[in-house]
Amino acid sequence: MIELAIARKLHGAGGAINLNLDVKIETGDFVTLYGPSGAGKTSILRMLAGLLTPNDGRIVCDRQIWFDKNRNINLRPQLRNVGMVFQEYSLFPNMTVQGNLEFALQKDQPKAMVDELLQLTELEQLRDKKPALLSGGQKQRVALARALVRQPKLLLLDEPLSALDTAMQIKLQDYILRVHRQYNLTTLMVSHDLNEVIKMSKRVLILEDGAIKKDGPPLDVLPLDNLKPFITGNLSH
Amino acid sequence: MLDLAPFYLTLKLAIVTTAILFVISVPVAYGLAFSRWRSKVIVEALVGLPLVLPPSVLGFYLLLAFSPQNAFGRFLENYFDLRLVFTFPGLVVASVIYSLPFMIQPIQNGFRSVPVALKEAAYTLGKTRLTTLTKVLIPNMKGALLTGSMLTFAHTIGEFGVVLMVGGNIPNETRVISVTIYDEVEAMNYHQANVYASILLVFSFLVLISVYLVNNRAFKVDPYHD
Repeated sequence: MIELAIARKLHGAGGAINLNLDVKIETGDFVTLYGPSGAGKTSILRMLAGLLTPNDGRIVCDRQIWFDKNRNINLRPQLRNVGMVFQEYSLFPNMTVQGNLEFALQKDQPKAMVDELLQLTELEQLRDKKPALLSGGQKQRVALARALVRQPKLLLLDEPLSALDTAMQIKLQDYILRVHRQYNLTTLMVSHDLNEVIKMSKRVLILEDGAIKKDGPPLDVLPLDNLKPFITGNLSH
Repeated sequence: MLDLAPFYLTLKLAIVTTAILFVISVPVAYGLAFSRWRSKVIVEALVGLPLVLPPSVLGFYLLLAFSPQNAFGRFLENYFDLRLVFTFPGLVVASVIYSLPFMIQPIQNGFRSVPVALKEAAYTLGKTRLTTLTKVLIPNMKGALLTGSMLTFAHTIGEFGVVLMVGGNIPNETRVISVTIYDEVEAMNYHQANVYASILLVFSFLVLISVYLVNNRAFKVDPYHD
């Protein structure tokens, strides 16, 4: 279980907001952070990954304290074992697809994990290509596979599919769901796309002005009035 | 008969200076690019000083500092048996200081040009700062490293004021090509000066052409011949 009780002042284009939340996420859940731009969604992922330090609070993952302001604990990102997929892919341009995955191997970790993930994300044919030569969907699959090499407990996805066309989005949603189940991950995703949120999430946290306004299953908490005609397909999924 | 010793000395000075500055500049530029320490502007200003100071000012103060009559020079001579005034090691130290901004500033900009997310991605993959530096940052800023090295090399070859102040004009020890040309002009040997000057001109031009060629080739993306 992940316990997240954090406060942080954020400065964005729309002025300063005070991010303040207290939430618990069960192991194995697929949870989505949904909300308007500038609400602090990406900052929450960054604080979980250790890339941004909260002003106050605690982050505990499976009883391991990652951050505790009162006890002056702040685990470095390297020690948190999260898999993070960045919005802009962030693949290493100097390495091939396989090189990107192998870079993520930990000391003494067998290379078999790289082959397994290349196979799972259907990237075997592209293993010797450099990222500059890949399409957006292919890059995102590499980013996803790379984030999983380390066998993280927690997978953080920052609007992973927002730059892709609809057909590719649907395909990649399936990849993400497949790895989420196969590796028994706890996944926290930031998304703006209602269809995507409904299809993938077990639970949705709606974030507004730095606070969680609603928390529950997607169909109970999302503003679906405008989307009713489109979501029937997803409901049957 | 053309004396080749000044060419050899100049080349040796440029290579040694570039190598030393490269090693010093990577960690310093990394610190300047990523440190949140507010007083780093003082270090940045110090590094940039040779850009605005007349070489004679820098040379004058280095000459004073290196002089065995002063504390620093005496310390070097007593404890390390090292004299920097009018010696080749002195030229190297002076050149390293004088070319500091030409190496550090391009590398610092190179570090800043690599997207922060690449560094962060490496950290979330469990990689240390050193691994991230050597495997992610440096390979993705080769252009900046090459530019810094090229500028330092070319700048050292063209040095005159600092070299003359600190090194003087001692054959085979401190008489580099620029000083030799000055010397020949002073002695009104214009033909000899012209020979040295034109060789230096052609050599510098060829060095720059080859560096630009390498630079262009190294960073050309060819999707069909990966």
